[in-house]
Amino acid sequence: MAAPLFVLIGNRKLVLLLTQLVCWTVFGITVSLLSRMQYGPISYELGGWPSPYGIVYNVDYLSAFVMLFVSGLGAIVITYAPRSIDKEIHHSKHSLFYASYLLCMTGLLGMCITGDLFNVFVFLEISSLSSYALISLGKTRRAPLAALHYLIIGTVGATFFLIGIGLLYQMTGTLNMADIASRIQAVESSRTMLVAFAFMTVGLFIKMAVFPLHTWLPNAYTYAPSVVTCFIAATATKVSVYAFIRLIYVIFTPQFAFERLPLDSALMAFSLVGIFVASAAAIYQTNIKRLLAYSSVAQIGYMLLGISMSNVGGLTAGITHMFNHALIKGGLFMVVGCFALRIGSLKLDDLRGAGKTMPLTSFAWVLGGLGLIGVPMTAGFVSKWLLLTSALSLELWPVAVLMLLSSLLAVVYIWRVVEILYFSPASHLAQTAKEAPMAMLIPTYLVIGSTIVFGCWTVYSAGIAQAAAKSLLGISQMGGVQ
Amino acid sequence: MTPENLIWIAMLLPVVAIALVFFVGEKSPNIRESCTIGIAVTLFWVTTRLAGFVFSGGRPSFKMGEILPGFEIAFTVEPLGMLFALVASGLWILTTVYAIGYMRGHHEKNQTRFYACFASAIFAALAAAFAANLFTLFVAYELMTISTYPLVTHHGDEKAKKGGRIYLGILLSTSVAFFMLAIAWTWTVAGTLDFTPGGILAQPNIDGKISDFQLSVLLGLFAFGIGKAAIMPFHRWLPAAMVAPTPVSALLHAVAVVKVGVFSILKVSVYIFGIDLISETRLSEGANPIMMSDWLCYLAGATILLASLVAMTKDNLKARLAYSTVSQLAYITLGAALATSDSVIGGGMHIAMHAVGKITLFFCAGAIYVGAHKTNISDMRGLGRAMPLTMGAFLLATLSIIGLPPGGGAWSKWFLALGTVQTGHFWLLAALMVSSLLNIAYLIPIPIRAFMTPVGEPPMKFKEAPMMCVVPLCITAVGSVVLFFFGNEIYDVLLPIATSVR
Repeated sequence: MAAPLFVLIGNRKLVLLLTQLVCWTVFGITVSLLSRMQYGPISYELGGWPSPYGIVYNVDYLSAFVMLFVSGLGAIVITYAPRSIDKEIHHSKHSLFYASYLLCMTGLLGMCITGDLFNVFVFLEISSLSSYALISLGKTRRAPLAALHYLIIGTVGATFFLIGIGLLYQMTGTLNMADIASRIQAVESSRTMLVAFAFMTVGLFIKMAVFPLHTWLPNAYTYAPSVVTCFIAATATKVSVYAFIRLIYVIFTPQFAFERLPLDSALMAFSLVGIFVASAAAIYQTNIKRLLAYSSVAQIGYMLLGISMSNVGGLTAGITHMFNHALIKGGLFMVVGCFALRIGSLKLDDLRGAGKTMPLTSFAWVLGGLGLIGVPMTAGFVSKWLLLTSALSLELWPVAVLMLLSSLLAVVYIWRVVEILYFSPASHLAQTAKEAPMAMLIPTYLVIGSTIVFGCWTVYSAGIAQAAAKSLLGISQMGGVQ
Repeated sequence: MTPENLIWIAMLLPVVAIALVFFVGEKSPNIRESCTIGIAVTLFWVTTRLAGFVFSGGRPSFKMGEILPGFEIAFTVEPLGMLFALVASGLWILTTVYAIGYMRGHHEKNQTRFYACFASAIFAALAAAFAANLFTLFVAYELMTISTYPLVTHHGDEKAKKGGRIYLGILLSTSVAFFMLAIAWTWTVAGTLDFTPGGILAQPNIDGKISDFQLSVLLGLFAFGIGKAAIMPFHRWLPAAMVAPTPVSALLHAVAVVKVGVFSILKVSVYIFGIDLISETRLSEGANPIMMSDWLCYLAGATILLASLVAMTKDNLKARLAYSTVSQLAYITLGAALATSDSVIGGGMHIAMHAVGKITLFFCAGAIYVGAHKTNISDMRGLGRAMPLTMGAFLLATLSIIGLPPGGGAWSKWFLALGTVQTGHFWLLAALMVSSLLNIAYLIPIPIRAFMTPVGEPPMKFKEAPMMCVVPLCITAVGSVVLFFFGNEIYDVLLPIATSVR
């Protein structure tokens, strides 16, 4: 979370180097934070003010885990970035790019770490504003428009969130999450609380791009520079999901959200409909980035599905899927970035036959795609399997069946691209394309390879997710007792 | 070497083959192919060593690691899997030799990818054969689907793409929609996925976690989920996969892929349900009790007959063989669904018998294509004079497929027929007999016409396919006859899986 402003000065090479250094340092810090978790949560009082008055930073399993993959992917993506940025962003704007990139990361990490509700909003805005800037850096003239679209909708979401915070403050007189949680019992039944909860939920839904509030996402992802898409797709929506988990399980209680309000069945319905509609939309896309964007909307549905089950299994599945999907989608967008660099177009028609000229890149797509479908031994399978077993243990038969059917849609849209890459006569753009440079391929394979590693070896993905889920549900039960 | 070590050595060998094939690549095809053959021979030797342990009562096992708590990749070798592994690894040698003749005789492209995918399919077959639990089996099953996809679409043209789409579409969707659901369901009610003699579902059934009717539904999920067993209506992928080069059709669609399917069904019926549970669970009591698996028996019976009927209408030799395979696979599913010890042994035996017989027929089809460039049966009149060895082998293998002595298939059909009688399914007995007649009707005319019809104009000269093609098919043809004389040995070997635990 180093101050990124100093990056505005200095020449491009230096900026790049510094950014990479900062990113990897942050990653190192989060690793050490997570490794401390076995000794219990850490909290840090900002500015030395004691917790109800000042802002407190809290790190527990969940936030450390989310911070870990946010910073990790941030670091890998920035290592991968230079070649792609050279091509896609005008030189004069490079230092601007790096500054916004770091700001965005600051915002995302801040959302995870803070224990103060208003501070969440502040960091949400930091990350959002910088991501609007990042998206508008895209080369086509549509990029600023997409950014504006996102800005309008995103601001509405943030405002909703702020209104919710305001109402909560009015009722409880504090902004500290733990304090709110302990005082909420007394005022739980008031209508104001319901309104506050509703505002905050809808606000976050917009940020998460939950169907049907997802309309900003496909355009934003499609027209942003490839590197930006990699980073935002892998991290931004996940952090909003994280904030949502906090909201339900720590601030409000699951009893409040799922028993007083029918949020669980509503969430389930929304996520299932979202999965189907977005996957079906992905099938009909002609631009590979747009295809992945719709698939992201669908995948958010799986995460919410897990959260809505409100037992350890479901929550574990949801959190694991956050992590796994961050890896898979980040990796796939990195593949797309390689295509963008060498072929210069992302229309499926222009990618025809690229399997011959860019074998390594294309193969990375196949591997990542298998992960997205959820083939065994890939990360996607692990989360899908967790979700399936917890759905069955709750005897949610229709959910289990629909979930499996929906993953067939993923087969269709992934395999459509595979056929285009390997079995179509080459387009003139693909014919002359060269394999992507090693500087991009190695980070890509690092991410894609890790989806396979975490498909076979889940101690550090599902294991930590389970610890996080247990502690969340433990906390909320204690809250119920008090 | 301890048998535990042999397990991982056996599974490692195909991986080494993949690495070597890629390492050598297109530069020196001769070295590349000798690597494959060398490893195939070593693998066969390792599996025979392992078989020695297993058939004398050992159950070596080997754990790779846990993926999620409770779900581990582990391998335990039992007779059924051992038999399957023996068949697959033994035929891999012959198929590789054959493939060299075929692929070179045909100037196919991308041969490196071909041999690498081939080896990975064998790896998946071994992993499935040795799997100690449903989870491992599922992983191997999916791995096989994906590793064989590039083989099916080898030619890369529009037809191959279409075939590949059907192949992957049906296999992947059935496995994800039904098989995975069935496994997760089993896990939720039984709390384990290990293959256990006597099954794991009997206790939950007594505890009331899963009713008799639900058991029947679960069996259905397994039967349809394992799409590789090609039970109608999920059989369309098999004819579609015939766009592949013939060695692929031979090994994968007579041996590895389809046999993984029926093998999984047998495993599920014996080690997950337990044959006692299947045969003793009644959906309705009374004068005509309905077994929980009755519907599957009749579906298998229907598949046997319908597929044979469709086979008669096909003029393309490979298509006819494909439908014949669909029909023959249903025999094995029938054996699993009847769930008597004889029927299960018959099913297990049929895996070996049909594999050797059908691979011969496919080899012949490929040899005819390479030697005489013919694919349609109606063009094969008088071909016996030109290709006597090929056609002779075809005749021998046909006997085994029909189930006539001295073909090995006679035994497995005998035991399956016994199973139908023991459970009182006389209609199914009739179906088996009619199917044998149909087999005669659609297979025998091919060699008969090839030998008996008068010499065409101009008379065909003696022109066999390359030696590399002809020798393997002669060996497997003789093998299918030799197996007839070893029926008793195979029976003894398989007996332990079918003896009731109680």
